[in-house]
Amino acid sequence: MKNYIKYMALSAVLLTACEAELDNPVEDGGVYSSGSADFSNYVAVGNSLTSGYADGALYITGQQNSFPNILAGQFALAGGGEFTQPLVDDNTGGLLANGTQIQPNRFVLALDADGNPGPVRLQGTATTDITNVLSDPFNNMGVPGAKSFHLVAPGYGNIAGVQTGASNPYFVRFASAADATVIGDAAAQSPTFFSLWIGNNDILSYATSGGIGVVHDGTNANDADPSTYGPNDITLPQVFASVYNSEIQALMASATGGVVFNIPDVTSIPFFTTVPFNAIPLDAATAAGVNQAYAQYNGGLAQYAALGFISTEERDARTINFQEGQNAVVIEDETLTTLPNPAGGTLPNIRQATAADLLLLTTSSKLGTLADSSNPSSVIGVGVALGDADVLIPSEQTAIATAQASYNATIQALAQANGLAFVDSRAILNQLADTGISFDAGTLTSTFATGGAFSLDGVHPTPRGYAYLANQAIEAINSTYGSTVPKVNIGSYGTVNISN
Amino acid sequence: MKRVLVTSLFLLASAITFAGGYRVGLQGQRALAMGHTGVAYVNSAELAFFNPAGLVFLENKINASAGGFGVFSSVAWQNESTGQYAQTDSPMGTPFYLYGSYALNEKLSLGLAVYTPYGSSVEWPTDWAGSHLVNNIELAAIFIQPLISFKISDKFSVGGGPIFVTGSVNFNRNANRFLTDLEGNRSNVTVDDSGVTNWGYSASAMFKVTDNFTLGANYRSEIILDSKDGTATFANFPNDSGSPITVGTTTIPSNGITGFTASLPLPAELTVGGSYSKDKWVVNFDYTRTFWDVYEDLDIVFSNGQESINPRNYKNSSIYKVGFGYSASERIMLRAGYYFDESPVRSGYFAPETPRNDSNGFTAGLSYVISDSFAIDASFLYVRFKEINESYDYVDDGSSFGGTYKSSAFVPGIGVTYKL
Repeated sequence: MKNYIKYMALSAVLLTACEAELDNPVEDGGVYSSGSADFSNYVAVGNSLTSGYADGALYITGQQNSFPNILAGQFALAGGGEFTQPLVDDNTGGLLANGTQIQPNRFVLALDADGNPGPVRLQGTATTDITNVLSDPFNNMGVPGAKSFHLVAPGYGNIAGVQTGASNPYFVRFASAADATVIGDAAAQSPTFFSLWIGNNDILSYATSGGIGVVHDGTNANDADPSTYGPNDITLPQVFASVYNSEIQALMASATGGVVFNIPDVTSIPFFTTVPFNAIPLDAATAAGVNQAYAQYNGGLAQYAALGFISTEERDARTINFQEGQNAVVIEDETLTTLPNPAGGTLPNIRQATAADLLLLTTSSKLGTLADSSNPSSVIGVGVALGDADVLIPSEQTAIATAQASYNATIQALAQANGLAFVDSRAILNQLADTGISFDAGTLTSTFATGGAFSLDGVHPTPRGYAYLANQAIEAINSTYGSTVPKVNIGSYGTVNISN
Repeated sequence: MKRVLVTSLFLLASAITFAGGYRVGLQGQRALAMGHTGVAYVNSAELAFFNPAGLVFLENKINASAGGFGVFSSVAWQNESTGQYAQTDSPMGTPFYLYGSYALNEKLSLGLAVYTPYGSSVEWPTDWAGSHLVNNIELAAIFIQPLISFKISDKFSVGGGPIFVTGSVNFNRNANRFLTDLEGNRSNVTVDDSGVTNWGYSASAMFKVTDNFTLGANYRSEIILDSKDGTATFANFPNDSGSPITVGTTTIPSNGITGFTASLPLPAELTVGGSYSKDKWVVNFDYTRTFWDVYEDLDIVFSNGQESINPRNYKNSSIYKVGFGYSASERIMLRAGYYFDESPVRSGYFAPETPRNDSNGFTAGLSYVISDSFAIDASFLYVRFKEINESYDYVDDGSSFGGTYKSSAFVPGIGVTYKL
């Protein structure tokens, strides 16, 4: 019996060794080629879009689905090496500085008391404290919030500057030293391949703030000095071109190749396209009552137009008129002519929105509520105008588009000059917004919360959106370097997180 | 020994799919060594499975055969368009059998058979690329059958008996290709049931054409296992509320345990064949038709309102078998065989819980006679599958899951034969 058991044990060992083996297994590395690129040490540089930020926060599963991490997983089939990321400590999102929360938790989709789904900040305690500085260099050098010039700014990871906004809490977590630069820490890893997606925030922070920052377009004295910029300013295109070129050169010092992304249109992002300009439903009686309240303002406009203080076009644009049905929101527009109020002060610079105005996603929670709970006529968007910070008016959109076009020309030209793979993320996001992109289980669109491409902050992609961007990068890399890196199936990546 | 067998019966009653679908063709050492033939081969109590009509032709008053197998199988999968790959790490399957017959008189024998003709044990890496179809599955069914074998004439006999089946299932898979809880753990469902019982029968006939040439036919009925009392465990869904939540068109069930109903058919099987013996040689030819078309879909309806509809659309399939035996000496009988086993799985329905294409089985074995009444039987089976590009095109989100599959199986077996 003993011998029999021995024999069975031996044959079990032998037989387990005889496992099924495919003729040409992909894990053995011979199936896919890296072409003329070398993926063995891939370093990703950029902002939140590189870090895997989603749902208004950085959290572990979001980072695991960052487009660089997805790319690196596919690179591993063609000679790619390990890819490390500065993972935060939890899936709650949010950051602490010495125990005090400085960045909020992530959004999840939850049902309100009436059963309607909407984004809410996840309850729970954030545990990622930026004072716990990680010592290793990381392949993913994505820093949420970074603008183009931040990557070359010494001290951007210095904890002393976090409170004043001079430095970035996300970079504080993994900067090699207080005076380190993002690009310096990236280049020090001697990447053989890199990705660079930067410049989004150079216009986006202006856009998401409703255009309250300064447009550095060369007409102001300090436009060429980004250290004087406020957080919501638009970067001077010449500054962008200069720092972008220096970043490419720093990475190209060691890399055999790389992939760069251009800057998408704000009008392709649900943060700016979800809330309609005519978001106010009124019945006939209420509309008449509201019009009564605006009669004096409308009358004043008519008089100023008759006196030639304003054009009849401005008078018409500013005249408030509510009707039964959907009505345009009343907004503040600082470009309107300031007019003295006969009763003292000035008339408000307000008008009703048009389809050309972009109402920010954040207005959805305040439109229709009372600015003053004791005053029933203080309904925001009706009796009280939305502020400058709530709306992107056409002149602000033009400033954004002008800078964006210049940045994109720089990015494409430098990609071409350096033989880099180029991802037209502007075209990709426009396609998502216009027609959607079909995949094996449906269509990916930009529609907020349900479209699948954008997370609950309305700006950053979902894992599925990031996977699609990774696929587009793979396509560009394969065509530039003659590699055969396989794409991922985006249907295997998640979208927004629902929670009870 | 008795304790070992009882343990086998209740704890090790799992087996692995290596025949078509979840049929496990391992019902006797001597038969398996000869290509799993035996519908017309009068040799041992293994007839209780292969053709109960033949039991009455056995020379001895008491005949018994018992044994078991160790099934070592694995499946490798990859998808070259995405670079994903996975390999099963399935536990060893242990199908077994226990047959006995007793000759009441010249004309009539009684018998008892316990065997495990259906089963499956496949374990993929948790959360692998096909985890929305299966992470792991363990199916087992034990057939228990009293038998009667009656000689109508010196050349012709009939046999058969009722079959009692008790089965169990444990099946885990992820909710879909991506859903997780807020910590990133994949949402999954486990269905578990045991003690699922039902009845069926087998009926057979044997015709001794000449002293050297015998024909046989055996039919085993279809048996449907209806699972009603099991548990379905929903885990890692982003919903702990106790009731489903619906957002738009998406319904998220709550974590927790609920009931389910599902049906799994164990299909009918008809085998016909012949056996010819001369001097020291014997050769068997068997043909088996398995009526898999009863397996149209695997539908699991949960008590919490969720359901999982999985078309299978199997087709009837055939197995062509040949076996040889040679008496090398008084004590040693050598055997070898081959069979070709058609897969019942249609193209486009190739699901990774039973990833089986057509296979070639190569068998060998021997018996060593220890005494007049006692012999030890050993067998070995190698199942060769071709590499195949296949897919399952009926995933409920409209997608298809496919790639390149390669399976292999090695099955050593050992048993004893007793006669008095």
